[in-house]
This record gives sequence, structure tokens and C-alpha cells, in this order.
Amino acid sequence: MSKIYKHHLFWPLCVLAALLLFNLLYSPDFFSITMHDGHLYGSLIDILNFGAPLMLVAIGMTLVVATKGIDLSVGSIVAISGAIACLTISKGTDQNALGLVTFSILLAVGLSIILGAWNGLLVSVAGIQPIIATLILMVAGRGIAQLVTDGQIITVTSTSYSYIGSGSLATLPFSIFVVAIALVIALLLTRKTSLGLFIESVGCNPTASRMAGIRATVVIFAVYIFCGVCAGVAGLLLSSNVSSADGNNAGLWYELDAILAVVIGGTSLNGGRFYLAGTVIGALIIQTLTTTIYMIGVPPEITLVVKAFVVLAVCLIQSETFRSSIVYRRHKRQDTMKKEVARRVS
Amino acid sequence: MNTQKPLLQMKQIHKRFPGVKALTNVSLRLFPGEVHALMGENGAGKSTLIKVLTGVYSIDEGVVEMEGVQVSMQSPLESQAAGISTVYQEVNLCPNLTVAENIFIGREPRRFGRILWKEMNKRAQTLLSERLNLHIDVTEPLYMYSVAVQQLIAIARALNISAKVLILDEPTSSLDKNEVQQLFRVIEKLKRDGLAILFVTHFLDQMYEISERVTILRNGEFIGEYMAKELPRLDLVLKMIGKELNLLEQLPQLVEDHEASANETLVTAEGLGRKGAIEPFDLSIRRGEVVGLAGLLGSGRTETARLFFGADKPDSGTLTFADGGSGVQTPRDAINHRIAFCSENRKTEGIIGDLSVRENIILALQAKQGMFRTISRKQQEQYADEYIRMLNINPPNPEHLIKNLSGGNQQKVLLARWLLTSPQLFILDEPTRGIDIGAKAEIQKLVLSLSRQGMSFLFISSELEEVLRVSDRVAILRDRHKVTELTDTNMSQQQIMQAIAGG
Repeated sequence: MSKIYKHHLFWPLCVLAALLLFNLLYSPDFFSITMHDGHLYGSLIDILNFGAPLMLVAIGMTLVVATKGIDLSVGSIVAISGAIACLTISKGTDQNALGLVTFSILLAVGLSIILGAWNGLLVSVAGIQPIIATLILMVAGRGIAQLVTDGQIITVTSTSYSYIGSGSLATLPFSIFVVAIALVIALLLTRKTSLGLFIESVGCNPTASRMAGIRATVVIFAVYIFCGVCAGVAGLLLSSNVSSADGNNAGLWYELDAILAVVIGGTSLNGGRFYLAGTVIGALIIQTLTTTIYMIGVPPEITLVVKAFVVLAVCLIQSETFRSSIVYRRHKRQDTMKKEVARRVS
Repeated sequence: MNTQKPLLQMKQIHKRFPGVKALTNVSLRLFPGEVHALMGENGAGKSTLIKVLTGVYSIDEGVVEMEGVQVSMQSPLESQAAGISTVYQEVNLCPNLTVAENIFIGREPRRFGRILWKEMNKRAQTLLSERLNLHIDVTEPLYMYSVAVQQLIAIARALNISAKVLILDEPTSSLDKNEVQQLFRVIEKLKRDGLAILFVTHFLDQMYEISERVTILRNGEFIGEYMAKELPRLDLVLKMIGKELNLLEQLPQLVEDHEASANETLVTAEGLGRKGAIEPFDLSIRRGEVVGLAGLLGSGRTETARLFFGADKPDSGTLTFADGGSGVQTPRDAINHRIAFCSENRKTEGIIGDLSVRENIILALQAKQGMFRTISRKQQEQYADEYIRMLNINPPNPEHLIKNLSGGNQQKVLLARWLLTSPQLFILDEPTRGIDIGAKAEIQKLVLSLSRQGMSFLFISSELEEVLRVSDRVAILRDRHKVTELTDTNMSQQQIMQAIAGG
């Protein structure tokens, strides 16, 4: 029993279950899933579908955070990647042509690799603190995205492109498969090769890792590239879902949600141990929360405040110190009560 | 003095950690004007007891009394308020603040909320020069000074809290002889001022030199409190170790059996040097030879070792290997040449605290093999079990986080990490610092038996006796350059001392 309680997924899963339970009580048809033209519909499916980009970004972020780094530029990479893909497609004569769509996707992913490599270069080779190094691209990237879209919203009418973000495969949204593939790749890379061990080692103690012969520079470089690619693909999902690219708002504040998802998932910002499954649950919690807030009709002007309070509660529940201090106080109160009773009795 | 009442008394202290009984029924009495030594092997519970006393850990059972009144020790703040201050083994100061700031941090002299910098610097200067006889510029940042000086500054900081009880946790482990004497003079003075001093050390000589009373712990249990004068050395060691141990006596014979001078040369350094660290030197190491490096703290011992391992880049000279390879610029180069290095800074350059013992053991081998030739989990467990048994690592659980192990066991895990890479040259920088006698003997024995199997060692230790015991040849360093080499025939403590001193 105590083992389940100690498991790193225990608290995130509890929070997710609590949120879902709340929804069930609030609107009983929350869990109902219906079939239309071979697609599944329902709130749960929506959460998975709309949460897909966040899950992707958060998976990439997990590895960066594990090296004691942080990537603030993911939101901007989301915007740039979507903008490039939509721009390329919109310039084509036949927007539905598979070749064109494939080319634009590869272009966007290639660009994300370059952007990730840029971050990696600044952090690992130039030795700039991650928060500053990625802040540069966070600000500049937003500008680049606006430059690409020329400050406008680029709309595309490509059905092949919109399949990525809103199509479905085997009755489920295609985006879920993209996330699943990314998760599997990340898991294979980190658990089947020793990259995971090296990431944790570098995040925990970079000097000692170097002394043990680990090429810390390469490891750090690699995780920023991976994070960039994840953000780039998330940008494709997002822009494809709405068939347009908005340089201003696409992926805005994604970095914060992603970092939050990582932390809720149990990975410490101090680096070291990381939990990919925890991160995915963290992202689901955030997406469920957003959906819930919309569904129960919280006025839009206070949604952020409500969200902040729930997030605060989640973080407090997760904090060992907070939990033990509550337990301690209760014990203390009971102790004093017992003493009081004993005193009165005697 | 015995008629006095104890200033501080800890009675029947129990402390448990998940799965471990760290302290069982431990008592401790500190008297004003006395130095009380706390002794025990690694994992005996010394550090835990100190952390309980300083409020870092809460007590599960038992009471702490200060001048006969029970006090609560739930937090470091409460402990400090009770008049207890501590100087930890690893210096706990901020390297980028000035010396004066480090001494007064949190208690700066102020007027209207404004810090009186001049006043603070002046007070720091007087404090250091009058009480510690240390004349340095207190406005320089701390990192400008050697570890030894930093240690004295940490003591100054503790003194400044006007403590009634001063805990010194292995204060002498990084000090040279003069500095130890300087420290002892300070301790004598503090004793006369009526302070109760708890002195944790592994050095028997120092214990007898300075302490009146000694408390011995073993495996978290209270063995006894004794007057130092009435406790013979042998009894002390037996009580600490708890079994008959002749390891140390056996060692010298091992050395005599061993002859490496006929072996081929493994690696030769020619004119190897680095500005500000060590002047260019020549040194060659044969197969199966143990070369000791002796010299005072700051004489360039560690710096020499770091050049061999590529931890620092040399800016002159060459390193040539018997197999024809040459040049070591990074630790990876060194590892590829099958060199291993146990740093003197176990915590910052050795262990990966949040990883398990198993992961720490396989780390270097895995790094050497590269990312994609992963050692299977089963193989990892085999390696871990093998070395846990071979080196007697305690607790014998490969999934334990290494940060929860005692210093000596962490050191063994690091030895295991490097032995797994089957090095030809193993550089050991202070491998036995802060380690109890039992583990020390085990490590020395290991060095000797491995060298007989053909592994070469570069062995650094501040303890001359130890260097002499294991080395075939000793290179002497003084003021950042290599002075001379002494071989078997002319190696004695006396001669080494003379060479070090430059007489």
C-alpha cells in the first residue's frame, strides 16, 4: 500500500482522477463518447486532441529540464514552424498535393532542428545560462514568426495538411498518434540507450559527469534539438487543426504550460531524475482543467485566476514538505488534545 | 573538571530513517572548557548525531538539555538560539562573497537598515587576526583563499555567533601541519574562554593531543564515554572497529613482496605543466608501480594529478604512453588511454547524488562504451553486486541513492566505478580522506593487491605514513614544483619530511 502511495505517478494520477470526477458530477454526459462517420466524439477525445500539442512540447521540455536546463523558446518555435508550413503550402498551386504538404512539413521540422540546435549551441558550447539563452529565441522567434506571416494570419485550404491536426485514424484523432510516436521515441531513446542515464547524470552533477567521461556538451546539445523538434511538430498540429498560422498568438505561453506539466509530472527543475509518463499526465491535467473551466462557464475574465488556484492546489498536494507539515500539525493538534483530555481526567 | 555540570546533555537519542536505525540510544555530554572528541567509523552515526544536535534532523526519541533545561531542537534556528554553532567538514560558505560578508552574513552591523561596510570589514579583520592569528584582506572574495583558510574563516563565523557550544566536524582533514597547530591554538584559547567544543575527527593523534573526553559510536550505537588520558590507543581503535583488526600491521609486509622497478614504463610526462597550477615536471610511471605524491597542501599534488587525467588542460609538455599514444586534453582522452581518477572532491567531482549505487558504478564504463552500446540491466546488476561484495559496500543495496551512503562507502562506489573500466593507471587523490581506519586499510590493501596484478597507481595523500606504506616511489612537490623523487631504498618519513620542507 505504502508503495503505491510513494510511486511518482500517484499524486498526478489522483489529481487527474479528481478533475475527471468533478466533471462527471458536474455534467454526467462528460464521459459519453459517440461515433459519427467513423470518428469518435466526446469531451475526453477533445481533451486528448486539443492537449496533443502541449503533450508534445512537454515531452521535449522534460528532457531539457532533466539536464537542469529550461527552454523558454518552445512557444516561438511552435509559431515559426506553423507559419513556415502554412506559408509554403499557401504559395503552392495545388494545396492538396501530397508532395507539397510533405515538403512543407519537412521544411518546418528541419527549421525546428536548426532552432533547437541554436539553443543547444548557446547553452552547451557558449555556456550561457539556459533561461537567458532560450529567452533570446523566445523573443526573436516571435518576431521571426511575424516576419514569415507578414503580420497576417495565413490561411490554407489543404485537406491533406489539415489531416495532421484534425483528421482521424482508426476512429481516433491523428494527433494522438503523433504524440504516442513522440513518446515512444523519447522512451526508447532514454531507456533503451543510455542517453537517459547520461541526461540524469549531467542534470544532477555536470562536473562529476564530465570526470566520469560523459560528453556533457553532446548530451545537452541533443536534448535541445529534441525539444525543438517536439515544439516544431506541435506547431504543425496546432496550425493544421485550424488550417491557419498566426505568428502573434500561436503557441503563446506554451512554454509556461509545458514547464508546469513537467513539474506536475514529478520532474524537478533542479535536474536529475525525469518522468516522461508523469509529464504526459501533467499535460493532460492542464488540458482537462482548461476544458473544465470552459465547460462550467467560468467568465473568461477570471479563467486565468481560477486556473492559477487549481494549479497552486496541485503543486501543494505534490509538495512533500507541505503534506508532511499538514500531517505534523494534525498530529500536534491531536497530541495537545490528548494531553488536555488526560489533564482533565486526572 | 569532573565536578562540573555538563553544559549540554543529550540523553537516549534515537533516530530512524526509512529502513535504517541511524542512532540507537546515544548519549552525549559536553562540559564547558573541554574538548570532547566524537569518534567512530564511517556510518557510525557521527554525522547524524551532529545533524540532530544542530536541528537539521528532528529527534525521534530522547531529550536534549542545555544547562539542565530541556530544549527543543526542531530547526537549525532553535539550535543556534540555544548557542550551538557548527563548522562542517565541507566548507559551507559563499565563494563569491567577501571574507567579511561570509563571516557576518545575516548579522551584518547595521544602522537604519543600512549595512555599515567599514565597520563590518574592521570587525572581521580584528576577529580573524586576534582570535585566529590570520592576517588576510577581508574584502577579497572567499574563493581567492585556500580551503584551509576558508576553514578558518568558517570557524571565525561560528565564533562570531558567540556560541556556547562549538561543533567542529573534521576541521583538520584539509589542513596541513602548521595550520592544524594554528587551529589547536585557537581551540585551546576557546577552551579557556569556557566553550564546550565537540571535535569530530579521524586522526587519533589529534584526538589525543587536544581532547579531554571522548565518546565512541559504532553502527549508530553508543559504545561509551571515556577520559582520553585513560583510554589506550589500542582500546580506542578496538572500540571503534568492534573487532580484532590486524590489517594495518599486515600491510608493510605486502609492500616488501612487491617489486615493480623492473617493469616497463607505462606513461611518461615530459615538461608537463600548467601556469598557476604546477610548473613543468617530468614523471614516469611503470606498470604495476605505485607512485606516491607527497607535499604540503597547495604544493601542486592535486594539480599534477589533474593534468594526468586531462581534468585541466596542460599548457606545456607532453604525455607519452607505452602503446605509442600521446596527449591527454580531456577526461575522455584519459579514459580512452585507460586512466581513472578519483578526485579529492568526492561530492562535487565524484558522486552523482540522485542516482543509485548501481548507476554510479556503471557510469564511467557506459560513458566509455558510448550511448548506444547500453549495458543491459541484468549485466548492470551483476556488476553492482560483484563490486558491492568485493569492496564491502554498506548498505549492500544497489538501488540505494548514493547520496544517502556514508563518505567511506561513497568512496568505495567511486572506486568500483573506475575499477569496472579496468584502468592501467589509477589516480587516487586523497582516497582515504574522511574515512575510518577499517575502510582506509581496505583501500590501501586494494591498491597493493591491484598493483601486484599490474595496475599502476598515482597515489596522493596528506598522510605521509600512508604514502610510504603503499608507494614504490615517492615524488616530492614543494611550492608548485617537483623537487625530487625518492625510491624504496632511501624512503623514510624523515627523508620525505626533509624534502618537503626543503631543508
